[in-house]
Amino acid sequence: MHNKSVAELSRELESGKISSVELTQQFLDRLKQEDGKYNSFITVCEDQALADAKAADDMRAAGRATPWTGVPFAHKDIFCTNGTRTTCGSKMLENFVPPYDATVAEKFKAAGAVCLGKTNMDEFAMGSSNESSHFGAVTNPWGLSSGQKRVPGGSSGGSAAAVAARLVPAATGTDTGGSIRQPAALCGISGLKPTYGRVSRYGMIAFASSLDQGGTMARTAEDNALMLNVMAGFDPRDSTSIDREVPDYTATLDQSLKGMKIGLPREYFSDQLSPAMAEQVRNAISEYEKQGAIVQEVSLPNAKLAIAAYYVIAPAEASANLSRFDGVRYGYRCEDPKDLMDMYTRTRAEGFGNEVKRRILVGTYALSHGYYDAYYLQAQKVRRLIQQDFINAFKDVDVLMSPVTPSPAFAQGEKTTDPVAMYLEDVFTIAINLAGLPAMSVPAGFVDGLPVGLQIIGDHFSEARLLNAAHQFQQATDWHLREPK
Amino acid sequence: MSISREDIEKVAVLARIKVDDEQVSALEKDLGNILDLVDQLGAADTDSVAPMAHPLDAVQRLRADEVTETDQRAGFQAIAPATEKGLYLVPKVIE
Amino acid sequence: MQWDIVIGLEIHVQLATRTKIFSGSSTAYGAEPNTQANAVDLAMPGTLPVPNENAFRYAVMFGLATNAEIGRRSMFERKNYFYPDLPKGYQTTQLAQPIVGPGHMDIDLPSGDTKRVRIHHAHLEEDAGKSLHEDFHGMSGIDLNRAGTPLIEVVTEPDMNSAEEAVAFAKKLHSLVTSLGICDGDMSQGSMRFDVNISLKPKGSDELGTRTETKNLNSFRFMEQAIHHEVERQLDILEDGGRIVQETRLYNGDRDESRSMRTKEEANDYRYFPCPDLLPVEIDDSFIEEARNSLPELPDERKARLMEEYDLNSADASTISSDSNMANFFEEASRRCGEPKLVANWLNGEIASRMNQENIRNIALAFIGPDVIASLITRIKDSTISSAGAKKVFDALWTGENDSVDAIIEDKGLKQVSDTGALETMVDEVLASMPEQVEQYQNEDNPKKRKKMLGGFMGPLMKASKGQGNPKLFNEILVRKLGE
Repeated sequence: MHNKSVAELSRELESGKISSVELTQQFLDRLKQEDGKYNSFITVCEDQALADAKAADDMRAAGRATPWTGVPFAHKDIFCTNGTRTTCGSKMLENFVPPYDATVAEKFKAAGAVCLGKTNMDEFAMGSSNESSHFGAVTNPWGLSSGQKRVPGGSSGGSAAAVAARLVPAATGTDTGGSIRQPAALCGISGLKPTYGRVSRYGMIAFASSLDQGGTMARTAEDNALMLNVMAGFDPRDSTSIDREVPDYTATLDQSLKGMKIGLPREYFSDQLSPAMAEQVRNAISEYEKQGAIVQEVSLPNAKLAIAAYYVIAPAEASANLSRFDGVRYGYRCEDPKDLMDMYTRTRAEGFGNEVKRRILVGTYALSHGYYDAYYLQAQKVRRLIQQDFINAFKDVDVLMSPVTPSPAFAQGEKTTDPVAMYLEDVFTIAINLAGLPAMSVPAGFVDGLPVGLQIIGDHFSEARLLNAAHQFQQATDWHLREPK
Repeated sequence: MSISREDIEKVAVLARIKVDDEQVSALEKDLGNILDLVDQLGAADTDSVAPMAHPLDAVQRLRADEVTETDQRAGFQAIAPATEKGLYLVPKVIE
Repeated sequence: MQWDIVIGLEIHVQLATRTKIFSGSSTAYGAEPNTQANAVDLAMPGTLPVPNENAFRYAVMFGLATNAEIGRRSMFERKNYFYPDLPKGYQTTQLAQPIVGPGHMDIDLPSGDTKRVRIHHAHLEEDAGKSLHEDFHGMSGIDLNRAGTPLIEVVTEPDMNSAEEAVAFAKKLHSLVTSLGICDGDMSQGSMRFDVNISLKPKGSDELGTRTETKNLNSFRFMEQAIHHEVERQLDILEDGGRIVQETRLYNGDRDESRSMRTKEEANDYRYFPCPDLLPVEIDDSFIEEARNSLPELPDERKARLMEEYDLNSADASTISSDSNMANFFEEASRRCGEPKLVANWLNGEIASRMNQENIRNIALAFIGPDVIASLITRIKDSTISSAGAKKVFDALWTGENDSVDAIIEDKGLKQVSDTGALETMVDEVLASMPEQVEQYQNEDNPKKRKKMLGGFMGPLMKASKGQGNPKLFNEILVRKLGE
């Protein structure tokens, strides 16, 4: 069962061949047996999952089943779950049990899905390797046989590794600068970061509010579509959520790609990309040409400024978003504070890890007196230039395609001492967040036995088209079905 | 652009994060490198560009002025570090 | 050297919305601590703000009432600082594009002139919680019920030149926001709080001096005292050749002393930036028109109408129109009894002094209603009761002992005897018992002394009538009989 997709499991449950309780127990057993190798979960909710599975079976018996009823999945530990510990990968929230649900968590509950637990992640979603988690690094299921422990990417590294290792068929993720797409690429699964505002951010612990977006991670494009059907939609509790109709994302998966115009951004096929990676990406694009798509080169002249703009805007927003972790109302508080200042400064020094502290300090600096115009305001102006590039490109083409990462999964520890090297990992993904666009990562080949991702970028609210393009590719290829040894 | 030890110490106070001398040295290097990366922004010609705070050109919705929340104090204070008589306790606040 | 005083005000006005500015928690005052602080107010991880429509409506009403430009597109910024009563570690406020732009308000000066005070802008923001300093084993207690209550902060230009002008502005603003119904005006609950910016400059100089800001004054009296105190303090420094330090000061009204609030001024860097959780708020014509249509008559307009319609003098009309409840009471009572001048006298006299004594801020909360005061006045006018009797009736009404004027008159036997036949008999009897005084009166030529001597008969007459004789009629009969 563990190799089956959400769509397949849904059919198994529908046919009555297996109950959700049985299925859930199988997945839980496998999880407990296997996850020692990956550390992809922070919390496994065995009792709750089995209770939910029982309720799902009842829901099905009562004739109220949805495609998700009884299907196991996992939440990135950034989505608040009522009664289940939600840590955001941080010591600060090590014992935080929220008395409320994120909107996304509510929606999966309402659909009858069974949450097996909370997946590991970079602390407060700040990282590209899942090594900044307070709960330990996550190991990529790929490349383990070579004896080298590799990173799964980040920040949704636990979700990506768990899906790749067949511990769950699907998991939620969040993407602020590439945190769904990059781990999806490095772990050989499919991931979608929707348009900003498509999925509610309520109850999703904020890193950078104008960039964060919850999204989907699963092996197939079809499963991503099934997930987005649950997650997408207007939420009156999130002022930045967009009130716009949600299509059935599975309905258009089978459309032909004949005549679809694909743009290849010149700047994303630069010398940052190794020839071996470039070859895999170009092979994937040839497959699209075979299916009747038309390929042309486009330019995103300001794309090179995306990392610089991002590393002002994201830390600036984060510096304020993380001020609420002050030891007063919830979360970690230092031992025996001698006064108020001591409580604040030690709580935050002890509760946050190094990468989080670095970003808070950079953000604080960028907003501080005398630097605001040069950093924050200038970054926001560059952000507009970057968005304008995409708007111009989408006048000529339907989607853009590019690599997701400059190289495949790197070794654990390789970049931990050099924050900037780690930041460059997101060179192809970050601009998409600045522009608020949807983008997917789709398995597209291997380099040295490690997965390579193809990035498909669309105009605002074009998720259905991206899923359609990914699905058609997956009808002709089997990269997404390869299993790590 | 480099960042001075004094700047780091000042910013750490603003951000309420305790840093010791050793950490300040490490941060001097790391933040300096990050700021070097970020300094590329200066090269962009943005004279006629309006800053963009949001990726979508949307307008704020307003909520009807109706009470939708009920008292959940017990639940919220169950996860608080220190409470007494319904209040959150903190080291003495001196104005 | 002669100095000019320059004063600007920043006034925090709590809006009388049912719920908080960014959440659906109640704003009702006086609840048990933290029972009105929910996930959003507590800044629980992942929670997000959604703005309250009425907060914007009230702010727009304020803008329209102060002849201000309305911010068609306003934005929220985050003002970053750590404080235990500030759950998010930042205050959501407006900086670059506030909801209310430049406007003005005229104040009445004691000289009878009016003065225009310019308002720089007014912006929406959230209130903080409260720190309770009574001792919890050396700790402070934090109550976040107030956190997120909507405020408008009204920022004036430095257009006031004395404590009196500043207080006049503050009182006028109080009257305006309560008349608009956008603030309950209850100062004891912190519904209005004042920050006062004060500087001195050599008389006639165009250049402003260095200013200080005295924060968080919560009564007109403290504000006036604090201004006098700060002016004196600055004067002492300047006269000694010293320099004023730009700083924030705290004033202790009970001790009449002040101290500098933050010594590390350089540590104050609020790092404002646009709040990414909130989008720009666009106010369209229909929203503004709807707000305009919901505006009640403003105090200035009402004052003019009271003078015109009820023939009140400026002072009476000013006092009554400054409090919309008082003005409503006045109009209702006047309509019922047709005696506006008498209603005004009662309102500004007996009623005002009793409200003052008993610290009742809203006449609507007193036992006595406009219909009742109207019947009381009617009974005075038709001579059913004397003015002394009216006082007794009023006492019974005020304490809530009874709410029927006629029943009180009946119960307490306050009805005047106006039957002239009975009164004449009483006069005859009294005069017969006081022959000496009658003779003295009749021999007196000085009208003033005669008038005084009349008083000597009134005592026994009132006694004979058990206090119920109509004094006016007694007087008439006496004069006639003694002249015979």
